This record gives sequence, C-alpha cells and structure tokens, in this order.
Amino acid sequence: MRTVIFRTVAPYLAALMVLFSIFVLLRGHNEPGGGFIGGLIAASALAIFGIACGVASVRRAIVFHPMSIAGFGLLLGAVSALPSLFKKQPFMTSQWLEFKFFDVDVALSTPLFFDIGVYLVVVGAISSIALALEERESD
Amino acid sequence: MTQVAIDTTLLAILAPFLAAAIAPILTRYLKHNAAWLLALVPAWIFWHFTGFIAPVSEGQSFIAARSWAPIYRVDFSFYIDGLATVFALLISGIGTFIILYAGGYMKGHAQQGRFFSFLFLFMGAMLGLVLGNNLFTLFIFWELTSITSFLLIGFNHLKAKSRRAAIQALVVTGGGGLILLAGFVMIISVTGEVSMSELLKSPDVIRNSGYFVPIFFLILGGAFTKSAQFPFHFWLPNAMEAPTPVSAFLHSATMVKAGVYLLMRMHPMLGGTDLWMTVLPVFGGATLLVGTILAVRQTDLKLMLAYTTVASLGLLVMLIGTSYERALEGAVLYLIAHSLFKGALFMVAGTVDHEAGTRDVTKLGGLRGVMPLTFLFACLAALSMSGLPPFIGFIAKEVLYYGTSGAPSAAALLTVTAVVGNALMLVIAAAVALKPFLGPKVETPKAAHEGPAMLWAGPAFLSITGLVLAFTTHWTGAQLIGPMLSSLTGTPTEVELHLVPPYFIGNVALMLSIATVALGVVLFWQLDRLRALVAGILAGPLMNWGPDKGFDQVIAAIVSFAAVATRFLQNGKMQTYMALTFVVTAIAVLLPGYLSNGWPAMPKMPHYHFYEWGIFLIAIMGLGAVLIAKTRLTAIVSLGIQGFAVAIIFMLFGAPDLAFTQLMVETLSVVILALVMTRLKLTPRDHRSGGAALVTGVIAVAVGLGLALTIIAITQQPFDRTLSDFFTEYSRSIAHGRNIVNVILVDFRGIDTLGEIAVVTLAGLCVLALIRVRTPRPKDADPAPLKNEEAA
Repeated sequence: MRTVIFRTVAPYLAALMVLFSIFVLLRGHNEPGGGFIGGLIAASALAIFGIACGVASVRRAIVFHPMSIAGFGLLLGAVSALPSLFKKQPFMTSQWLEFKFFDVDVALSTPLFFDIGVYLVVVGAISSIALALEERESD
Repeated sequence: MTQVAIDTTLLAILAPFLAAAIAPILTRYLKHNAAWLLALVPAWIFWHFTGFIAPVSEGQSFIAARSWAPIYRVDFSFYIDGLATVFALLISGIGTFIILYAGGYMKGHAQQGRFFSFLFLFMGAMLGLVLGNNLFTLFIFWELTSITSFLLIGFNHLKAKSRRAAIQALVVTGGGGLILLAGFVMIISVTGEVSMSELLKSPDVIRNSGYFVPIFFLILGGAFTKSAQFPFHFWLPNAMEAPTPVSAFLHSATMVKAGVYLLMRMHPMLGGTDLWMTVLPVFGGATLLVGTILAVRQTDLKLMLAYTTVASLGLLVMLIGTSYERALEGAVLYLIAHSLFKGALFMVAGTVDHEAGTRDVTKLGGLRGVMPLTFLFACLAALSMSGLPPFIGFIAKEVLYYGTSGAPSAAALLTVTAVVGNALMLVIAAAVALKPFLGPKVETPKAAHEGPAMLWAGPAFLSITGLVLAFTTHWTGAQLIGPMLSSLTGTPTEVELHLVPPYFIGNVALMLSIATVALGVVLFWQLDRLRALVAGILAGPLMNWGPDKGFDQVIAAIVSFAAVATRFLQNGKMQTYMALTFVVTAIAVLLPGYLSNGWPAMPKMPHYHFYEWGIFLIAIMGLGAVLIAKTRLTAIVSLGIQGFAVAIIFMLFGAPDLAFTQLMVETLSVVILALVMTRLKLTPRDHRSGGAALVTGVIAVAVGLGLALTIIAITQQPFDRTLSDFFTEYSRSIAHGRNIVNVILVDFRGIDTLGEIAVVTLAGLCVLALIRVRTPRPKDADPAPLKNEEAA
C-alpha cells in the first residue's frame, strides 16, 4: 500500500477531503450534506492519511485524541440544546441569530452547532477505531 | 401558610444538601472546629420546625409544594402535621448534636469533610422522607436514605467488613424500597391520588378496595426492611461497622425509624384491619424478643445497643399493630423517648471507645473517676431506657402497658412479651451505663480521660431533654404527643400524661412496671450466667444458620447464577453470536407472514432504463463475487461493490443524502473490515466445512428473503403522507432549511440524534477498549504508545 506515489499524494488528498467535509457539513441545512456525512468523509480522510503515512503522523496532525474530539462533539451537541430553556421554550427548540457581516448574510443557529457536534462525534469515534486498528499493523 | 413560610420550609429541607456541599471546604480551613459552624444548619432547621408545634397542636396541617414534573404528577410536595413535625424535630435536633459529636469523634481524620457531607446528605434525605407528601417525592427520599446509609456504613471502605455491611444494608433496604415503590404504584392506581394529604382525606378507599392485601404486604415489605424487623433484622447490627456518630444518628435515632414512620403514616389507611392486627404484632413481638435475647449475648457496647434498637423497633411495630388508641399513644411516646436515650447511649459508647480504646464491656471498668460527665449522662439515658421515673421512658412504658393490657385481642400475650422485652432492655441499659464505669479500674488500651465538650454535649442534651419532657408532661402531651397521635388515628385526639401515676391501688401498668424492674434487676445480677446461657443455646446444632448467613448464600447464588448465565449466553464465539442474531431476525421477519398467511403478491415490474439495469447487474455481480471469492479480503471488497451499487441506486431514485452516506459507510466499512482482518491475524481463506457453509447460507437466505418480503409488503400498503407533507411544508418556514433530511436530523428529531451520537461515542469507546484489551503488552515498552506519540 505504501507506494511513494500514495505517500506523496495522501497528505494533500486528506487535506482536500477534510476541507470538503467541512463544506459538506456547513451546506447541509439546505443542500445534500450535513454533520453525519461530513464526519464520515473526514474520518475516511484520516484513515487514508493513516494508511499512507502512519498513525503517528495522524495523531500529531489532529493534536487531540480522537476520543476527546468525539466527547467534545457530544458535549457541543448537548449544550446547543440548552439555550431554548432560557427562553422558557421546550428543550432543543432551535434558536436563530441572523445578521449581516461585511454585507454577507450570516445565519448562526443552534442546529448548526448541533450538526457540528454530530460531525465531531462521527469523526472522533470512527477515526479512533480506525487508528487503533491501524496501529497494530504498524508495530 | 404564607408564601414566606412555604419558601422557608422548602429552604429548610434544602439546607442540609447545601451544607453537604460546603462542609468539605469549611473543614479544610477550620479542621474539626467546622462542626461548630455546621451545627448551626440543623439548629436553624430545628428552630424553624418548633414554629409549627403550636399551630399543629391546634389541629392545623400545612402543605409546602413546588411543581417538578406536573405532567407525571411528580411534585416537591411536603406535608406538615403532628407526625411530621415530631420527626422533623427529632432529626434536626439530634442532628445538631451529631454534627458536633462527629466534629470531636472524627477529629483529625483525613476525610472528616466528606464525613460531614454524607451526614448532611442523609439528614436532608431523612427530612424529605418524613415530610414527603407526594408519593414519588417520598420514595425518592426513602431511597436516598438507603444510599446515604450505604455511604456512611462503608465510610471505612478499606475494611472488608465495612464494605460487606454497607452492601448488605443497601441490598436489604434498597430492595425494600423497590417493594415499597410497587406498593405506592398500586395505591396510585387504586385511588388515583398521588399525595398523602389527599389519601388521608378518604382513608377507607384502600381498605375497601380489592387490592388491599397486596398493597398491605408491599408497604410492609418496605417498612420491615427499613426498620430491621425479624427476619430482616440482620443488617442493623452489621451496620455498626460505621463510625459511632452514624450509629447514633442513622441506626438508632432516625433512619431505622423510617419504616415505623411509614406504618404510622399509613395507619389511618391500612390500620384496624384483621390482617394489620395479626401480622404486625406477630412480627413486632418476635423482633422484640429476638433483639433483646441477642443483645444479652453481646459484650461489645455498640452491638448490645444495636440489638436493643432492633428490639425497640419491634416493640414499636407491635404497638402500632394493635391499632388500639392507648397502645398507639405508647408507641408515639416510646418513639420519642427511644430516639433520645438511644442516641445518647450510642454517643456515650462511642466516647468510651474513643477515650479508652475499647468498647468490649468485659475489658472496661472503673471509668467513673476519669469520665464523670460521660458517666452522669450515661446514667440519665440508661434510666430513661430502663423505664424508671422520673424520665420520659417511664411515662412511655406506663402508657404502653396500659395499651397492651387493654388491647382488644391477645392482651395477655402482648403484655408478657412487652414485660420480658422491657426487662431485658433494662439489663442492657444497666450493662452499658454501669459496667464500664463502676467496679475496680481496669487497664484500658488507651489512658482514659474525659472527652472534649463536643463529645459530651450530645449525650448531655439528649438525656436532659428526656428528663425535661417528663417534667413538662402537660405541654408534652398536648403539644407533641397529642398532635402526633392524631395523625395516627386520623381524628383529633387529646392526650393527658402523668408523671406521677394518678392512682396506685389496682394500677395495672404500675404493677407491670414494678414486675419489669424486679425481673430486670434479677437478670442483671445474673448477667454473666444469662449471657453464657444464651450463648450456649445459640451455639446449638440448629442455630448456626441465620438470616445473616442466608444473605451471603443468596448473594453467592446470584453471582454463580450470573456466571452460569454469562457462560451460556456469552460463550465468546463470534460465530454463535452472529448466527443467533440472524436466526432470531429471520424468525422475526418470517413468522408473522407465515402465521397470517399474508405473503405479499409480487409487485409489477416497473419500466427501468438500461443504466438502471446495469447498476442492478453490478450489485448482483458483487454478491456473486462474495460467494466465489477465494480469500476473505476479496470477499470484503466484493461486498463493497454491492454496497456502492446500492448507493448509486439511491442516487438515481432521488435520495442524494442517503446515497452519499451509503457511499461513505461502505468505504469505511471496507477499510475497517480489512484492518480488523489483519488485526485478528485470520487465515486468508475460509476453512470451514461445506456443512457449516450450508447452514450459514440457509440463515443468510432466510434473512434476505424475509426482509425482502417485508419490504414488499410494506410498500404495498397505501402510503401515509402525513409526515412527508408536514416536513415538506414546515422545514423551510420553521426550521429555515431546504434539506429536509438534515432538518429532520438536527432539528425536528434532534433528540433522537442526540441519543444516537451518544451511542456512537460510547460504541467508539467500547471498541477502543476492546482493541486495547487484546493488545499484548511488551515488558520493555510503554504500555500506552499513544501517549508518547501525543507528547511528540
């Protein structure tokens, strides 16, 4: 698997895939995509990177332990469900904040943060499994 | 009640929990002296509830409530009447001195802050229990007392005996709590009411319903386990492993009275029936006799007191069981008297243990000179326990003898039981209060000296209160006993008490008292012989099995059953698990169709484009490749081909999100499966025999066929567009999103997704743990290579 071509291309490919995954995540509310799919794309990017360049470099690149990323995602998802409670609305009622920023319409919402949470959970959980499995192969 | 009073009452119930939170911090800075500050909390609660004495004695009752989950009719609702007031006063009043006592007793202990915390948690739970109006609230506080009791008994968690005692208490009282919950649920479904105050308004509903018998036994299950009635008494003596402040507070004065409280509370609803008046006196009387006899055998001060506590609880249950007003009055009086003298005596025993280094009564003696204050208060408490004048214990005993001798049925039997029990209690009281202090000075492990104020303040206050209540008989009767008795009988009841018996000639109770004292003195004189006799009987051939041993056997049986069941269900073979799962799936999808004979008709083939046929073909080729693949890796990759083809089918029929996800899932599962394969070091080929392959094949075909038939059957049903229309219509206007699938996932059905991501995270953690478990750890290398890499 570890041919020179693959090893050379893999970092760029992985970077592009992660970028694409974020694009898919953010456009999800209106176009096909979303946190789950985005997370799967990012996880496969990391898996490819791992197969090509070794698990160590992946772990260096993502800084945090993948399980911590998943945990943070879960926390973010849970926290994003809370703001509605302060307005005496039922748990998880979506809150929207729309404003103009340099003449561009920006819509921040709790479902967006929730979706980011989903993304992080999927990336974290799957890549921690994949990396742990790849690790054995390398040593 | 004014809003302020309601809020203050709720705060009073909350206050112990707040104190539990700050106790460790205070203790860190003030060491054991934090107790002086912390004791202010229960003192304030006590002061607050004294405010209720006067209005409650005028026949008023109060409800303080905040709604919690109104849909389920679960509220923080508290009901204050005579019964609740007396219990709240006992808990907070004794609690104040227990906190002080714990300050002195646990002085210098590294975890003293934690100990205070647990004590306060318990205090809050107990207050909530006796004040609880809503049955759910009551149950929650009931279980909280079991849990805090577990924490406190197991406080010295490094000792195996403590751990066993803690688990035993939790299993018995927590299990009883579950039985009680079943009883409450039954009461709610029979009466339709969820609060005590409403239930008490129409007390006959339960008695007259067809479910009286099960409700009765379920409530009894809760009360008997909590109040250590025979044959559930064994956990209480074992709970003496706890530090003495705990024994004094939980296991004599308050928590063990929770069952008695419940019986008293339910008396208007369940009492007076034949069942009640048979079962309660029998078990109560048996507990009384068993408790006192076992107490005599002990030489450990705390264990002697523990068994007499069991006995006293039995006496209370027996008295309540008569449903006779005079006996109930005796029970109420005795409950108050018992809390005071037993709390004091436990603290005395703890002080002796703390200062002299042992609490074995045979190794103690002559301490009166060095511990005069402790001796004094021990005597005061013991006199009350012995039922001698002029103490509240005397009045209680007089009244309860009136009660038993005048009981409507089996008066003679009840009276004899009470006399024997009381005489033996006098023996124990004398043994605890006199033996360590009188006689020649005995060499003790520690050079004994008087304890600090923190240690004798509690016994002093409790024993003197026992004296004061007896001298203010009119006030005690009218303000405490009368209102509490009214709660038991359900009708306003006047109580007039006499410290000096109103007449002497022909006074049955007084005669019985004199007989009790005489019998007690004789037995105390012959205590060593009596102890040897009881020990001899208990060492007999039939006596080496008891509920305590039975508990161990039950627990061991559960554990070995679990082991057998696990070996059977989890035999460690992946193939068995998979085969079972799929066989069950196949049955689940095939059986309904087979039974109802409702095999769906084959749908009409729609017209497909040539490229759609092409995709189908690819999918089938992928499947064929799986079957004929020579190596496992080829099979996995071929399965991927089929998956991709399905993804493209989704795409062609207008489900891009689904297609997208399917594509990614297929990719990742191929990658992960391949990794697992290398990881498990499987042989590249499948070496199973043809027969095994045939079985697997049959299962696979059955599942596939079943699912296909199910899907065909489902699609032939008329399509209900309600949900589709709803989401199409509102996804833009409510959720501001055009992608309906995503809007459903993150907004409309967000809680589902929240649950799912929690599952994904947990599953990830579990898989990670499993992979780690399989990793052999080389001795020279760091067991967790990840850490090194993260640091790099």
